[in-house]
Amino acid sequence: MAIWLTENSKIIVQGMTGGEGTKHTRRMLASGAKVVGGVNARKAGITHEGLPVFGTVKEAMEQTGADVSVVFVPPAHAKAAVKEAVDAEIPLCVVITEGIPVHDSTEFWAYAVAKGNKTRVIGPNCPGIASPGASNAGIIPADITTAGRIGLVSKSGTLTYQLMYELRDIGFSTCVGIGGDPVIGTTHIDALQAFQDDPDTDAIVMIGEIGGDAEERAAAYIEEHVTKPVVAYVAGFTAPEGKTMGHAGAIVSGSAGTAQAKKEALEKVGVRVGKTPSETARLMREVMQSR
Amino acid sequence: MDLFEHQAKELFADYGIPVPRGIVANTVEEVRAAAEELTGRVVVKAQVKTGGRGKAGGVKVADDAADAVGKATAILGMDIKGHTVHKVLVEEASAIAEEYYFSFLLDRANRTFLAICSAAGGMDIEEVAHNTPEKVAKVPVSALDGVDRAKAREIAQAGGLPERALDGAAELIEKLWNCFVDEDATLVEVNPMILSADGQVKALDGKVTLDDNAVFRQSDHEALADKASEDPLEARAKEKDLNYVKLDGDVGIIGNGAGLVMSTLDVVAYAGEAFPGKPSPANFLDIGGGASAEVMAAGLEIILSDPDVKSIFVNVFGGITACDAVANGIVSAFKLLESRGEAVTHPLVVRLDGNNAQLGRQILADAALPRVELVDTMDEAAKRAAELAAVGA
Repeated sequence: MAIWLTENSKIIVQGMTGGEGTKHTRRMLASGAKVVGGVNARKAGITHEGLPVFGTVKEAMEQTGADVSVVFVPPAHAKAAVKEAVDAEIPLCVVITEGIPVHDSTEFWAYAVAKGNKTRVIGPNCPGIASPGASNAGIIPADITTAGRIGLVSKSGTLTYQLMYELRDIGFSTCVGIGGDPVIGTTHIDALQAFQDDPDTDAIVMIGEIGGDAEERAAAYIEEHVTKPVVAYVAGFTAPEGKTMGHAGAIVSGSAGTAQAKKEALEKVGVRVGKTPSETARLMREVMQSR
Repeated sequence: MDLFEHQAKELFADYGIPVPRGIVANTVEEVRAAAEELTGRVVVKAQVKTGGRGKAGGVKVADDAADAVGKATAILGMDIKGHTVHKVLVEEASAIAEEYYFSFLLDRANRTFLAICSAAGGMDIEEVAHNTPEKVAKVPVSALDGVDRAKAREIAQAGGLPERALDGAAELIEKLWNCFVDEDATLVEVNPMILSADGQVKALDGKVTLDDNAVFRQSDHEALADKASEDPLEARAKEKDLNYVKLDGDVGIIGNGAGLVMSTLDVVAYAGEAFPGKPSPANFLDIGGGASAEVMAAGLEIILSDPDVKSIFVNVFGGITACDAVANGIVSAFKLLESRGEAVTHPLVVRLDGNNAQLGRQILADAALPRVELVDTMDEAAKRAAELAAVGA
C-alpha cells in the first residue's frame, strides 16, 4: 500500500508527444509504472513510444481505464489541460509544468473545487509522486531509493531526491512533491493526513521552504491530528527579504514566510527539524531504528 | 516584478481608472518643467519600490515650480530604506475629502484572490488591520466569478465606505479588477483611494506586482523592468537565462534545483560560523536539470566576475541529471573559460551525489583540474568551501 499511487495505477500523459513528455514517459515505463497512453488533441490516433495517443482525457480514460494523468503541457496551455482532466473526473492529476501564471493555477484550482473535488491535483511546478517499487507518476528518479515505510512530502524536487537517496536502505511508502509555486493543489496537510491514515507508513519526512505559511499551518495540523513521528527540514534561512529564490513561491515578504518562523512552529508541536538535509536524514534514521 | 508608482498609475489610466495628472522627472530641471506645465500646487513624490516614503520625507507638497525645485533637490538622491531615489513623480495636488484603502491580491493560503477594502485609508493597512480589524473588510474573490459592478459595490460597502463614495468606488474597483486579471498581477493596491472635494473617487497612489511567469503572454511587461537599479551581475545572469540572486557573502554557490540551492546557502552559512570572518554565500544560482557545459560555464563566469567571491561550491544531486554529465560540464567549462583567457583561479569544492556519482567523481579526478577538490557529503563540502573562503583563498 501507499498513498494515492499504487502498482495498479494506470497513467496517461498529457503532453506526451513533446520533448519532456516523451523523455519522462520513457523513464516512467522503464521504472515499471503502468503508463497506458497519451493525450494530444492534434495527434489523436497516432502511436507514440508504443502507446496510443488520444484526443481527450475522457476518451483516454474510457479506452484504457486510466486513473492518473501526468501533465507536461507547456504553461500557455496548462490551464486548459488541467480543466480538461477535472472535467473528465480523473482521480489524480499531477501537474509537472513549471512557469504557469498564478492566475491560471488559481483558476484551475477553483475549477476543481467547483466541480466537487473529484480530481486530486498535485503541483504545479512539482516533480510528481512516486511509490517506490509500485509506481511513479512524474519525473522523480525511481531508482535512487527502495520501497519501505517512510512517507515524504516536499515543496522541492532535488531535496526530495537527496532524502530519498540518503534513506534508500530504509525505503519509502510514497514520496510526494507538492511543488514550489505560490498556489498548489495538494498541500503538506493533505499528504500528512493521507500518511497518518496509511497503514503502511510508519513515519513522515516533511520538507518545506520559505514563502507563504503552509508549514505553519501544517504544524497546527500535526499537533491536532498526526500521531506518527514527523521529521522536518526547512530551506531558506539565509534568503534575503523580497527576492524570489528559484521557485516562484519561495519569497520572504516583510517578516512573513521566513524559515525561522516555520522551524519554530514545527518544533513547538514536537516535530524534530534537521539543520541540514543530512541531519534530517539522520533524525529519520533514529526514528525508524527505535521502532 | 514590482512596479514604480508612476508605472502603476500609467497602467491604471489604461484601464480608465482616474489618477491625478502627473509627469515623471529625473532631474531638477525636469521637475521645474513638469511643475510649470501642471501649474498650481504640485506634489513631488520619490519613486522607490518600498513603503514608508512619506515618513522618510520622500513626498512633499510644493506651492509652485520654484518650490517644487527646492523640494525635488532634497528628494532626488535621497536614500529610503536602502533604495536611492533616481526619479520623482510630479503630480497635481488633489483636494482630498476622504482617504480609503483598496487592494486585490493573491491569497496563497486559501488559494484564491482577496479584495481588501477599508474606509480607514492613507496609512499602513497592516497596522489598521492589527489594531482595528473591524475596519478592514477582506472579501474572497473566486477566479471563476471575478468582480462585476455589483460585486465591486458590495466590497466597497463591506469596507465601510460612505454612500456618497459608493458609485465612484464601485466603478474604480471594477476597473482595477480588470487590470489585475488582464495584466496578470498578483497585487494591485490603491492607498489612498480618495474621495476628492468635488466628489470623484481616484487612485492617489498605486502599487502593482506582476507575475513573472506570465511574461510569455504579457509582451509589454519586460519594458517595465527597472534595468538601472538591477544588480549588474543579476542582469547579466538574466541575459544568460540563469536563475541567479546576488547575496553579500564570499562563497560562490552553484547547484541544481531551487530547494537544494536554498539549502546549500543555509549549510554554507552554518559552516561559515566556525571560521574567521564567518564566510557566507555570495549568491544563489540554480542551473536546473540539464547542467550542460555551456550552462556550467555561464554560471562559473558570472560567479568568477563577482569580486567578493573567494571560493566556489558546486553542489549537485543527480536525480534526473547524471553526475557524469555535470562533471563533464565542469571540465568543459574550465577549458572554455581558459580558452577565453579567464582561467579559473579560485578554489572549487565539488560534491556530486546520486545518479552516476562515482563516474562523475572519476571524470573530475582524471581531469586533475587545478584547485578543484572533491568532497563526498554536502555538509563536509560546505565546511571546506567556507574554510577556503576564510583563508582568503
